[in-house]
Amino acid sequence: MTDPEQPASQGMDRDWSLLFLGWLLATLSTLGSLFFSNVMEFAPCVLCWYQRICLFPLVIILALGLFPLDRTVVKYSLPLVVVGWLLSAYHNLLYAGIIPASLQPCTRGVSCTEEYIEFGFLSIPLLSLLSFSALLCILIVFKRRSLQ
Amino acid sequence: MRRILFAGSGLVLVAVFFAAASYYKSWRSAELGFMAQENASVFVRPHSSTLGSDSAKVFLVKFTDPACETCAAFSELVKQAMDAFPGQIKFVVRYAPFHTGSDGAVRILEAAKNQGKYWETLKLLYRRQSTWTEHHRVVLDRIWPLLPEVGLDVARVRADMRDPRISAIIEQDLADAEALGVRKTPGFFVNGKPLETFGQRPLAQLIKAEIRAKYPK
Repeated sequence: MTDPEQPASQGMDRDWSLLFLGWLLATLSTLGSLFFSNVMEFAPCVLCWYQRICLFPLVIILALGLFPLDRTVVKYSLPLVVVGWLLSAYHNLLYAGIIPASLQPCTRGVSCTEEYIEFGFLSIPLLSLLSFSALLCILIVFKRRSLQ
Repeated sequence: MRRILFAGSGLVLVAVFFAAASYYKSWRSAELGFMAQENASVFVRPHSSTLGSDSAKVFLVKFTDPACETCAAFSELVKQAMDAFPGQIKFVVRYAPFHTGSDGAVRILEAAKNQGKYWETLKLLYRRQSTWTEHHRVVLDRIWPLLPEVGLDVARVRADMRDPRISAIIEQDLADAEALGVRKTPGFFVNGKPLETFGQRPLAQLIKAEIRAKYPK
């Protein structure tokens, strides 16, 4: 970075990099999700759509927090990540059959438990959970650092 | 510096996305081309209704749903292509009744075949689609009054459409649609090649390309 080598700005550099990492992850996940739906033409189920609602805005919100670095970005992005994470956790329980099918909300259209693709143990719902979990960690660490 | 990093990584991600999309489509196309050679029956079954000369070298397969608006819109393009290249195209109708209740419309269509009115009925169903579909659902009771327009005996259609052979046709077509990755209608294949981008122009171009390949001047 071009900033002068001062402890304060070094901390700021780290925070910026952390948030940038979060943005990269959100963007990668969004593009991956669009690849599944628009290129491979897998129709997203209802639960996938709710998770997408939580994920897609992060690409813009986190980017806005980067220029200039705005620590209050956590206030706007963390709720989306928490809701997305909860939805994703629920989706994975449904997908794995831990929650019985009678409780699932989506019986019409595309089934939420339909298996589209699996890379080894990785399914699309698990990819979503991993992504939301990583985003959650990044934002919590970012928030803690900002509080110090 | 940060801005360059941000813009650079954004561009890289988007570029990777489009490169992967293009790679996936060509891979998929090659795979289906292979399937067309090895397992041609996935595209055309003995029960499938066909139009055009038996000696035609260009097979145009359409997975359709009688209740699908876009399918109806594409039927004109298919007709134009058949007129433009007489004797060179064989048109094959396959079913992908994805709309709620549209298997009923398919049953009527297959029953109309017994009275030799298949193509007339298909045209009628497309043309009057808005009268018998409501919120993407099929209302069979609104189809009956239309059928005499093409000279069909409605009582006979009602009896014939319960034929279990029609259920078998629908099941086979849905299984083939699944095998070929048809998840939306209409799903077109020209000599086994799918549309890489959906649209009337890409379909017309694909047909022309296959005609040129099979009938070199």
